[in-house]
Amino acid sequence: MKARLILADGTCYEGLSFGHPGEAIGEVVFHTALCGYQEILTDPSYHYQLVAMTYPQIGNYGVNPQDFESRRIYAAGFIIRELSPIVSHWQANRSLDEYLRHHGVPGIHDIDTRALTRRLRDHGAQMGMITTSTEPVADLLARLRAGKTLVGRDIVHEVTTAAPYRWPLREEDANAPSPPARKRFRVAVYDYGVKFSILRSLLRSGCILEVFPAATPPEEILAWNPDGIFLSNGPGDPEPVDYAVQAVRKLLGRRPIFGICLGHQILGLALGGRTRKLKFGHHGANHPVQYLPTGAIEITSQNHGFIVDIDSLPGDEVEITHINLNDQTLEGFRHKRLSAFSVQYHPESAPGPHDSQYLFDHFLQEMERFHA
Amino acid sequence: MPKRKDIKRILVIGSGPIVIGQACEFDYSGTQACRALKQEGFRVILVNSNPATIMTDPEFSDRTYIEPLQAEAIARIIEQERPDALLPTLGGQTSLNLAVELAERGLLEEYGVELIGARLETIRLAEDRERFRRAMLEIDLQVPEGEVVRSLEQALAASERIGFPLIIRPSFTLGGIGGSVVYNREEFPAAARWGLAASPVGEVLIEQSVLGWKEYELEVMRDQADNFVIVCSIENFDPMGIHTGDSITVAPAQTLTDVELQNMRDAAKKIIRRVGVETGGANIQFALNRDTGRMVVIEMNPRVSRSSALASKATGFPIAKIAAKLAVGYRLDEIPNDITRKTPASFEPAIDYVVVKIPRWDFEKFPGNDRRLTSQMKSVGEAMAIGRTFKEALNKALRSLENGWSGFHAREEASIARLSRTALLDDLRSGTPERILKLWQALTLGISPQELCRLTGIDVWFLENLRQLVEFEGTITREYAERSTLRAETLRRAKRMGFSDRHIGLLLGKRETEIRAMRKAAGVLPAYKIVDTCAAEFESFTPYYYSTYDEENESLPSDRRKVIILGGGPNRIGQGIEFDYCCVHGIFALRELGFEAIMINCNPETVSTDYDIADKLYFEPLTYEDVLNVIEHERPEGVILQFGGQTPLKLAVALEKSGVPIWGTSPDSTDLAEDRDRFGSLLDELDIAHPQYATAVSVEEAAAAARQIGFPLMVRPSYVLGGRAMEIVYDPTALETYMHQAVRASEEHPVLLDRFLEDAYEFDVDALSDGEDTAIVGLMQHIEEAGVHSGDSMAVLPPYLLSREQREDIVEATRAIAARLKVKGLLNIQFAILYDTLYVLEVNPRASRTVPFVSKATGIPVAKFALRIMAGERLAALKLRVPAELPYVAVKESVFPFDRFEKADIFLRPEMRSTGEVMGIAETFGNAVMKAFEATGIQVANGGRVFLSVNDNDKARIVPIAENLHKLGYALVATHGTAETLASRGIPVQPVLKVSEGRPNVVDDIKNGAIQLIINTPLGHRARQDEYAIGWTAIKYRVPFITTLSAAEAIVRGLRARERHPSEYRCLQEYHRLL
Repeated sequence: MKARLILADGTCYEGLSFGHPGEAIGEVVFHTALCGYQEILTDPSYHYQLVAMTYPQIGNYGVNPQDFESRRIYAAGFIIRELSPIVSHWQANRSLDEYLRHHGVPGIHDIDTRALTRRLRDHGAQMGMITTSTEPVADLLARLRAGKTLVGRDIVHEVTTAAPYRWPLREEDANAPSPPARKRFRVAVYDYGVKFSILRSLLRSGCILEVFPAATPPEEILAWNPDGIFLSNGPGDPEPVDYAVQAVRKLLGRRPIFGICLGHQILGLALGGRTRKLKFGHHGANHPVQYLPTGAIEITSQNHGFIVDIDSLPGDEVEITHINLNDQTLEGFRHKRLSAFSVQYHPESAPGPHDSQYLFDHFLQEMERFHA
Repeated sequence: MPKRKDIKRILVIGSGPIVIGQACEFDYSGTQACRALKQEGFRVILVNSNPATIMTDPEFSDRTYIEPLQAEAIARIIEQERPDALLPTLGGQTSLNLAVELAERGLLEEYGVELIGARLETIRLAEDRERFRRAMLEIDLQVPEGEVVRSLEQALAASERIGFPLIIRPSFTLGGIGGSVVYNREEFPAAARWGLAASPVGEVLIEQSVLGWKEYELEVMRDQADNFVIVCSIENFDPMGIHTGDSITVAPAQTLTDVELQNMRDAAKKIIRRVGVETGGANIQFALNRDTGRMVVIEMNPRVSRSSALASKATGFPIAKIAAKLAVGYRLDEIPNDITRKTPASFEPAIDYVVVKIPRWDFEKFPGNDRRLTSQMKSVGEAMAIGRTFKEALNKALRSLENGWSGFHAREEASIARLSRTALLDDLRSGTPERILKLWQALTLGISPQELCRLTGIDVWFLENLRQLVEFEGTITREYAERSTLRAETLRRAKRMGFSDRHIGLLLGKRETEIRAMRKAAGVLPAYKIVDTCAAEFESFTPYYYSTYDEENESLPSDRRKVIILGGGPNRIGQGIEFDYCCVHGIFALRELGFEAIMINCNPETVSTDYDIADKLYFEPLTYEDVLNVIEHERPEGVILQFGGQTPLKLAVALEKSGVPIWGTSPDSTDLAEDRDRFGSLLDELDIAHPQYATAVSVEEAAAAARQIGFPLMVRPSYVLGGRAMEIVYDPTALETYMHQAVRASEEHPVLLDRFLEDAYEFDVDALSDGEDTAIVGLMQHIEEAGVHSGDSMAVLPPYLLSREQREDIVEATRAIAARLKVKGLLNIQFAILYDTLYVLEVNPRASRTVPFVSKATGIPVAKFALRIMAGERLAALKLRVPAELPYVAVKESVFPFDRFEKADIFLRPEMRSTGEVMGIAETFGNAVMKAFEATGIQVANGGRVFLSVNDNDKARIVPIAENLHKLGYALVATHGTAETLASRGIPVQPVLKVSEGRPNVVDDIKNGAIQLIINTPLGHRARQDEYAIGWTAIKYRVPFITTLSAAEAIVRGLRARERHPSEYRCLQEYHRLL
């Protein structure tokens, strides 16, 4: 079946449908990782996004029961050059096509994804639509343009948990060996759209994890008596998630705080920083980030459309710890007095290199110090 | 950490002659490194024995030594040059082994030379199979079970413990030489003995076989601050058991999940840290069980490798250049990515296409050898292709191979189509050069990818893609049958899968040009995409393109004056680095003249496919279709065919017919020179002698011609390069046998028969001509008599035996021929002199294999001048200064791959079989010859025993050779007949038994290390069993083996020179100053 990808600027790409036949609207972003599509699709941060993979051969190893980042697909649609005709992997239990169909997510393949990437790079990320409808482009465009963009919109509440729970709910979600027998810290996780891999990393570090809804008041968090508070990744624009910002502001100094991605942006806002949208964001598994205290370089997994402005943080209180070597944007900071630090990128990777796992150890050390 | 200030002079060691397992990829990496180091202001001292390399051009280093890559020579050069550092990681295994040897002898310490790029301990740990295994276990990585042994007894014990099949891996070798897969006890002792002999330290690893596991490679880089990146992952299409160099490989990895890929990356990081590669690149091989995901480490190379050259071309990340910069102190983040300019080199390339590399073999040159592919590499070259999908890249790579394949299609391959289903399935179990096409046949027969996976170990993902290609052939055929045409959409889909016009034409019974016309009428045209390291995330500045049938075209033709040079394609015997050298010089000259220089080539090993050599690089197959697509897109002022060897010349007529402006000598002149009849009459008109000749298409015609011309005859099929299938026949029976084989080999072209000028002296001339004026730039004399292919013989510049009159005859004939052919650019002529008559044997109005040698010997940039002539300059305007007398001697000697082909006929023949060459340069002929021999790896001891065995014709001439050897202090042993001759002349000689005469015989002596040099000329026209045994034993045990008397005479002169005046080592810059 034919499908079309239409961008808000009117560009139209004709390709073939896979997954669920139908329509999806979202912000079109490109991702440069060579593999890891299963992790990407299930990452809640891709809520309302149509993800285009720059690597042209996708679906080769199918979908397996282990490599999920959540229990469903969050990406609104999937855009690729060539869908693998078969699955070849010992772990796989279904094909990518079946998986998208099962979750009702439309996909389009057989389009020039490099041309699309260059357009997004030059003109910026924009809203788009994948559709199998045969309506005239003008009609589709009207519908597309009527849709809401991600800016100024709180979509965290759509992906966060409804009630607190102990993670993992199910053994298979942990997908990890049992934690070492040492001091086990209690970590309260603010779920703005948390990835399993972050929880797995914390669990591997021996943490006891309680996952809280994004709008949980700080008092409730403290009532659980955590050793540390974790601010998760999540989708969209951080600015409208003001309830989270305010909660974090109240929690600063009360317990060690560690934030990743959206959690980093919320911490940045709580400290008085500003956020802004990037032209086309960072979505990939190959971005070099420098850890300024040592000068060491990490190859990082990235997925963000917004950043904390590097100049907006109060210099007397906040120390810049990480910068992106490609575009010099802020990738991490720590509070000079209070125990709070965060990174914009994904130390839990998935997909991507495991260079930055040390940050979870830093969190443990912070909790240990705080405990003492 | 910025650039180190404490080192100023850096010694770089190249990889020497092109051999199987170590080819021109090291010229590519070495050239990059030398350029990078010079740009950084270091004084670069280079040693490499291979004159055909770009890296040995005098402008790429400050001091360029074309000298044998042997510890003694390098020690002397170190003594003279006093480098601060030695960078050994860019010259392959050769350079690494030399660095170890120099260090172990204490020479580096003595002269205060620091090893940079890799420490001694690192090299030892990576190369010592047992220590490496232990190190892997220490860092909790799995390795196949195995044991390192140093004797046959230990090996036998290990084999019993580990069980069969198992793999034998010798330590410190290149290209897996001496390695094998052994399936049973019976085969084991011989294989183990060979492995032990092949290892320079007599050590092998007996390893559990992981045959059939999936094979991966990671190309990694690390700087001294421990920053680490993976440049590229590579997945082998062929599973474990076939050497990577002999495997079809695909980048990036296709069938790994991110979890698996990252586990592999984590392992690589641990390995490179544990082994201790502090700066630079390394490559690490893994095997993965397809059913369980279990991963084991196979090996690592702490240096730039063939795979890293491939990875550089596949990603646009210049590994060698960056490795060189890391070695002098930079960190990855301090080096900009050339392609984006804005981002640093400390990242991992993201690619948005698929790269397929397919090796190219020359088994035809070594008849009788097992064509099965094993853990010992046998391929002589490779082609790489880039496409947006595996299917597209595979099809492009298949047609890049230039063995007549149109893509993934084998209906025209009689040998495959003939196979019965059972034979086919049986064949598929082992890797062979044709396995890929046999898969086509199997899929056509309806055998499933799953079944084929079980048989071959090739991942079902690849096989399923192949099945789709076969299926689409059906779609094309059916649609054409229904509509008598193809819909634009179908054509577009076919092109997106990489189908060539020719392939579609074969399916429909149409000519390639008809499909082309149909396709263009349907508006199905290629788009060119950029290789940019970042999947278009950043703007890129490097014009490195590949074609695909996608929407957006990123290659915008400029309005500059532009010229396209066609490269040489995959290396083969006879078509190698020399032509790439000429192409690169052509590019340099074009750029100097202000043209936009555009390169088209598909060989990833070469300098010409380095993206910063030409103004624009199109990494494309050198077929009519792909080349014409680029030409029609770019609309160049000229296209140059004469630098890339036979590959571009084959396209000349078709391109000219399509209206392509061809620069240089006209295709008609090329044809004239190739066409026996036309050329014979031309020579007759010019009153230049040539051997009597005839052509024949049948046995009867050949017999008739032979009666007229007389024996011996040189016979060959027409239009071949490197003398393929060329032979000397001495009698009607041999001629008949040849005709039966050769005519089948080449139906389109007749067989050429020439009178063979036995015992003539041969000369090779390289000349430049503008069509009117002609200048000889290189006049070389062959050491071997006529009958040995010019590419295989030793050549000396200047000639050692040529009268003034003869020289004048040669000059005159060259001028006359050049004028007659209206040569514009390069011209190569082979002459023979017999009884004072000058004969023309062959004329090639194009770049010859000797152009780089001549350029190095004379300092004349021959290929650059040729280009300027093609661009319209007159020869006179070039102010060419050809030195009247060279105040030194340069000798070119060839190297052969006999060590890889057990059943190779090791006697030199009219058919070319050498893979590479070395140059010896010195004040005297003797010293130059000795250096040339040494550079090929022949180490003649300063004493010991020489074995002599010559045929009756040679008995008289062996006497002075033997006498000289005796005077030089060698003890002589000889077979019965030869011994008698020598004894009768009063030369002390000890007889020894031939193999057939009982034991102990000469083979036993060789194995016992009792023979230091062998001089053995063939008894018949074909080597006999005895000689094979001697030759093969000599090769295995690395005893110098001389097969012609003229070479024996030369080596004697060399040995005498060595005794009298030890060789001096001078750099090319100094030699050229003498002119």
